[in-house]
Amino acid sequence: MAMHALHKIMAAKSGQTAVAPGDIVTCAVDVAGINDIYLMVVHAFRAMGGKRVMRPERVAIFMDHNAPSPSVQGAENQKAFREFAARYGIGHVFEINEGICHQLLPEAGLVKPGDIVVITDSHTTTHGAFGAFGTGVGSTDMAVILLEGSLWLRAPEIVNVKLAGKLRPGVMAKDAALFILGKLGTDFANYKAIEFSGAIVRALPAEERMVLCNMAVEMGAKTTYIAPDDTTIAYLRQYSDKPFAIPATDADFVYEKIYEFDLSGLEPQVALPASVDNVKPVKEALGTPIDQVFIGSCTGGKFTDIEAAAKYLRGKKVARGTRLVVTMASKATLGKAIAAGHYQTLLAAGAAITVPGCAACYGGHSGLLGAGERCATTSNRNFPGRMGDESSALYLVSPLTAAATAVAGKLTHPDYE
Amino acid sequence: MAIRSKAVVLRQNNVSTDQIWPGKYVNISDPGEMAAHVLEGADKTLRDRFKTVGRILVTGSSFGCGSSREQAVISLLQAGVKAVVASSVGRIWYRNAINLALPVLICPGAVDKIAEGDEIAVDLEAGTVTLAGGQVLKGQPVGEFVFNIIKSGGIKQLMRQKHAGEEAK
Repeated sequence: MAMHALHKIMAAKSGQTAVAPGDIVTCAVDVAGINDIYLMVVHAFRAMGGKRVMRPERVAIFMDHNAPSPSVQGAENQKAFREFAARYGIGHVFEINEGICHQLLPEAGLVKPGDIVVITDSHTTTHGAFGAFGTGVGSTDMAVILLEGSLWLRAPEIVNVKLAGKLRPGVMAKDAALFILGKLGTDFANYKAIEFSGAIVRALPAEERMVLCNMAVEMGAKTTYIAPDDTTIAYLRQYSDKPFAIPATDADFVYEKIYEFDLSGLEPQVALPASVDNVKPVKEALGTPIDQVFIGSCTGGKFTDIEAAAKYLRGKKVARGTRLVVTMASKATLGKAIAAGHYQTLLAAGAAITVPGCAACYGGHSGLLGAGERCATTSNRNFPGRMGDESSALYLVSPLTAAATAVAGKLTHPDYE
Repeated sequence: MAIRSKAVVLRQNNVSTDQIWPGKYVNISDPGEMAAHVLEGADKTLRDRFKTVGRILVTGSSFGCGSSREQAVISLLQAGVKAVVASSVGRIWYRNAINLALPVLICPGAVDKIAEGDEIAVDLEAGTVTLAGGQVLKGQPVGEFVFNIIKSGGIKQLMRQKHAGEEAK
């Protein structure tokens, strides 16, 4: 039977010759990642009677959500994780200065095509951009992985989202992801895998591809896939020379469904409060007053995002009455931004630049919103209360729209100036 | 294995884990503290209704979409919820519910046929919900693999049995 690359990965990791949608298989996990807010993993591990961690060299703990800890409780949780890591010989501990798990995996050379990556973070779908099977789980599933080195997974049906045409200058992967959400909603891919393909995907740089795969979890997806090509390989080879084989989808594989969009004329998009599929072109919400702009997160705090914002902000100032918070995705992103002069540009424009990490995106710290405030953000979710008070409102946008909005103090994009 | 109780109805779609368990509480990992904030971002009256009205939550589509935070299941269990009936649910939340033995019946449209306080019965194995008047709504039965985890009281119990007797390394 014809198989998709993702099914081949599952077959290889579960010792099966073939895997079909609906099959439940137990797969060896190549990277098991735990975020610092989920100490419940350790509680669950103990509740299961865990005495040793299976393949601790494959386990990574990320001090990314509370980086550095804004609370005593957060500090206590991180302390307990450091003790757990030392006691069980955990292979990788990424400290509070390093950044967000999804950016760190490629930068640390820990993800490659054909891998199964499981992290206690829903945006683990990001790693489909590298030809890996990435999926998020809760604390109890992660404790099972610590015990067994493997996890049961249901092989997903696979839908193909084909993006034909060519994006206009100033239109980014985020706009494409929001457009898809607006058209297809938040659960069209529930329990399924999304492959992104087509001329637009092929033309995107690796970090822009990550945006599509990252936002796929908002479409309900369990995992994602972009067939690795020279762009993928060149990105990964910056950080690692580990060998890998690229799993290929059989030519006669039949997708459950194919969605095709020609995005040649796509305009900048915004997801209005308070659902990720409440999407309109930015021009239909022009002039919405904005109190804070957030440029950050695993979705919108990568180097490509910082660069898009900084190039626009050069020589400009954030509007009086509006604040700009920038939280880069990793220490390496920060280093590159300094080397390219983008950090200096952002600082001069009036940005508050925080420590790399998850921070305000998940409502943790470093830029939360007060009652009734409006924030334009390059992050991934605009659910009620996500970034602060329940009555605050989030507008999901691209980094370029975010930068233009910061300068105008109201929702806009360079196209409309 | 039918679960009987009165329905508490949350007539909303896309109730995210950010609403079930807001981000400001993510550092709380003690289950004993969790009932106090359950569903705070969606409707603050729910936590009391689980005490005064009933123990089966009935809601719309994409319930539990969003983050992987397991408090979004534990807090419901701690608040006394015995089962959830939803039109559809987020994938990670669903896995967490299975692992923690919270019975979840996916039954599209049930939310439109059930009123607050209705006495209902959920049969997970059969995939049905029986309404007060005797009408039976057909949802999605869970497979044997998943049912076995729930029936065993969650995956922790299964793992404890499986790994009992192992030595520390």
